[in-house]
Amino acid sequence: MKNFGKRFGVMSSLGVTMGHFFQTYIVDLVNGKKRYRTAEGIESRRQADTEGIFTIQYPEESLPLPEEFRVLPFLVYDEGENGEKNLRCTACGICAKVCPPQCIWIYRATDPNTGKPSPHPLEYYIDIDICMNCGFCAEYCPFDAIKMDHDFELASYTRGEAHLFNLEKLMKPASYYERIRPANAACEAAAKAEKAKPKA
Amino acid sequence: MTEAVLVNPLDNLVEHFPSGWLKKDERPGYTGFIVEREHLLEFARTMRDDFGFDYLSMVTAADYIAEGKFDVVYYAYKTIGGPALVFKVQVARDDAVVPSLVGLYPGAEFQEREVWDLMGVRFEGHPDLRRILMWEGFAGHPLRKDWKEPFYEEDVKPFKSRWPEGKPVNADDRNPYNDNVQYPEGFDPESWVPEAETLLYSGLQRVSHGEEFKTDELVVNMGPQHPSTHGVFRMVVSLQGEKIVDLKPVMGYLHRNHEKIAERNTFLQNMPFTDRLDYTASMSTNFAYALAVEKLMGVQVPERAEYIRVMMAELTRIMNHFFATGFLLNDLGVYFTASLYAIEERELILDIFEEVSGSRMMCNYFRFGGVVRDVSDEVLKKIHKLVYDRIPRKLEQFDTYLTNNEILRTRCEGVGVLTADQAIALSTAGPVLRASGVPYDVRRADPYSIYDRLEFDVVTGIHGDIYDRYLVRVEEIKQSIRIIKQLLRDIPSGPILAGKPAYQVRVPAGESYGRVEGPKGELGFYIVSSGKPNPERYHVRAPTFINLTSLAPMARGEKVADVVVILGAIDIVLGEVDR
Repeated sequence: MKNFGKRFGVMSSLGVTMGHFFQTYIVDLVNGKKRYRTAEGIESRRQADTEGIFTIQYPEESLPLPEEFRVLPFLVYDEGENGEKNLRCTACGICAKVCPPQCIWIYRATDPNTGKPSPHPLEYYIDIDICMNCGFCAEYCPFDAIKMDHDFELASYTRGEAHLFNLEKLMKPASYYERIRPANAACEAAAKAEKAKPKA
Repeated sequence: MTEAVLVNPLDNLVEHFPSGWLKKDERPGYTGFIVEREHLLEFARTMRDDFGFDYLSMVTAADYIAEGKFDVVYYAYKTIGGPALVFKVQVARDDAVVPSLVGLYPGAEFQEREVWDLMGVRFEGHPDLRRILMWEGFAGHPLRKDWKEPFYEEDVKPFKSRWPEGKPVNADDRNPYNDNVQYPEGFDPESWVPEAETLLYSGLQRVSHGEEFKTDELVVNMGPQHPSTHGVFRMVVSLQGEKIVDLKPVMGYLHRNHEKIAERNTFLQNMPFTDRLDYTASMSTNFAYALAVEKLMGVQVPERAEYIRVMMAELTRIMNHFFATGFLLNDLGVYFTASLYAIEERELILDIFEEVSGSRMMCNYFRFGGVVRDVSDEVLKKIHKLVYDRIPRKLEQFDTYLTNNEILRTRCEGVGVLTADQAIALSTAGPVLRASGVPYDVRRADPYSIYDRLEFDVVTGIHGDIYDRYLVRVEEIKQSIRIIKQLLRDIPSGPILAGKPAYQVRVPAGESYGRVEGPKGELGFYIVSSGKPNPERYHVRAPTFINLTSLAPMARGEKVADVVVILGAIDIVLGEVDR
């Protein structure tokens, strides 16, 4: 018991907790209702100088996702003039080779006339139970054909077959990609334009 | 008068010993010495007592199945700093017995048990050579190259069934359960009596009777499901009344054989797996693994990438120490108030990680020769605000809140004491070692990256008790802030990756050991490459696994209520302990 009676350590500790307690009310009173369930309110609670209640009340509120956020890959397709879906994927297999848990299966299409491999995937599967969201497939894809998604609310009642995503489930339009990752998409478009220039 | 010439005593080490005791390891890409098995003990004693290699950092083994032998590898250091002494013992695969070094370096205890468990090298003279990560009914030694896991598909990734004719097959269908379960010879799961537990219990020290007051003797199992153990970790404690007589940790409940997985992976594929080791400090594990592979590849990391790497590693340290102190308080019985205060800053740091790497905890941010993507000026501004304003303010509050709190001090002062000699002998690392007064920090003792250019102090404690461990952690946050301030001031612009991003890296044959000062201690990766796309051997020196060796010496003689705090002060992460 040598520590007691010399200082007022416990009292100042309690002071800190008490300060925290009252501060939450003061901050709320000063800021009013706009502190909660509004975009600027959420943003203000993520700043380095924020005080008071710190937590985001998920699912009523949710954090804005940074662009690089990554959950599960999807395949990007460009929309043609007549509404056809042109997959960017050429079935080169780099994503399947680089995938650490080996959750990507690609069946490369063959040209029915010549019998030679053609640069399209006939089938493309990702087992999302196995996927570890590392983002390697998107990082090393030379055709910008596979990208990481932002949709993290994936809970479902089944597993197994239902979690084996096929082409249909994996395909998403390029416009969606440009919406969730504007800076990346702009950067890639610029690089593409640069590449096309010397030829023209 | 002759001029004294400074020579590295390791240069002519072979001549120092009688001929035939040891020879230089002259395989290309390898370093160190190969010691004869019969002379290992004598050699190690000489190196410890005469040459000052008092810190046995890592023990592991590598299976060279083509040559039909095991290499048992030892990495010893001096606690005053400097490069490693690497020595190896080569034994035939069918005669895998090596004298144990536990008598000389008690810190080798768990590591030798691990080598026995996973590789099947028996250590003669080990006091308690049981399996440590696997269970007793497990057949074989999984890290041997000829051992195959139940869902074995191919030796190395990428698997051929994925492309170009990939048809998804459920692993359970290809290899149905019960067809792939194997037991040791003569093992019948139906009539099995868990003998290992008998061995475990009989290995505990008990007190002989005849004391003045008769107290009850009791063996208590704390865990595996116990809120104090930060995961699935079990402590078997023998008690005399309320006093701890002996303690044995039991682990491996979260074991997934990370090292076997890694040997099937390519070098790059291992990067996201290292995140899952210490999942609260994934940037540091990335760092150590990248260093180890870069040493073999011989790539020069660009300047800006080095700055970003160190910045991320230091932010990780800040975050981890906040977390550790917060949960230490939780273990003390304060419940969640203190840990939630501590987690606020962690949240802001995780936001930064999410922005640069795309994920809060599984960062996967480092690549061989740099980092994935650049850090924007906005993020740098955020970090600036944190280290100049928010975190110092928080530390001040922490100081008022905890440092002089009488209850905290009474609970922590003089509890779980580890003297400097003990701490070194037990191979502890990180804040546990430094709190005992040993100024050993890999960032200073064996600088990597750009740490030799940065100004910071190595924080040490005096008493080696829990309170000093707490103080060391708080002070280390301050030093990390100091480092980040220098980095923010000097960060240059330029490329962030040497060469082009490549999904297949060429790693020349050889061995390397990359180590960093992780938030929890010395974190190292031992890698053997045979020139193929996959590592031949991959071993993690997990700091908290080895720090746990010191749990029993610290807990003996303390009260049972304190063992929770002692464990909390080591700051373990089970993802790393069990691997």
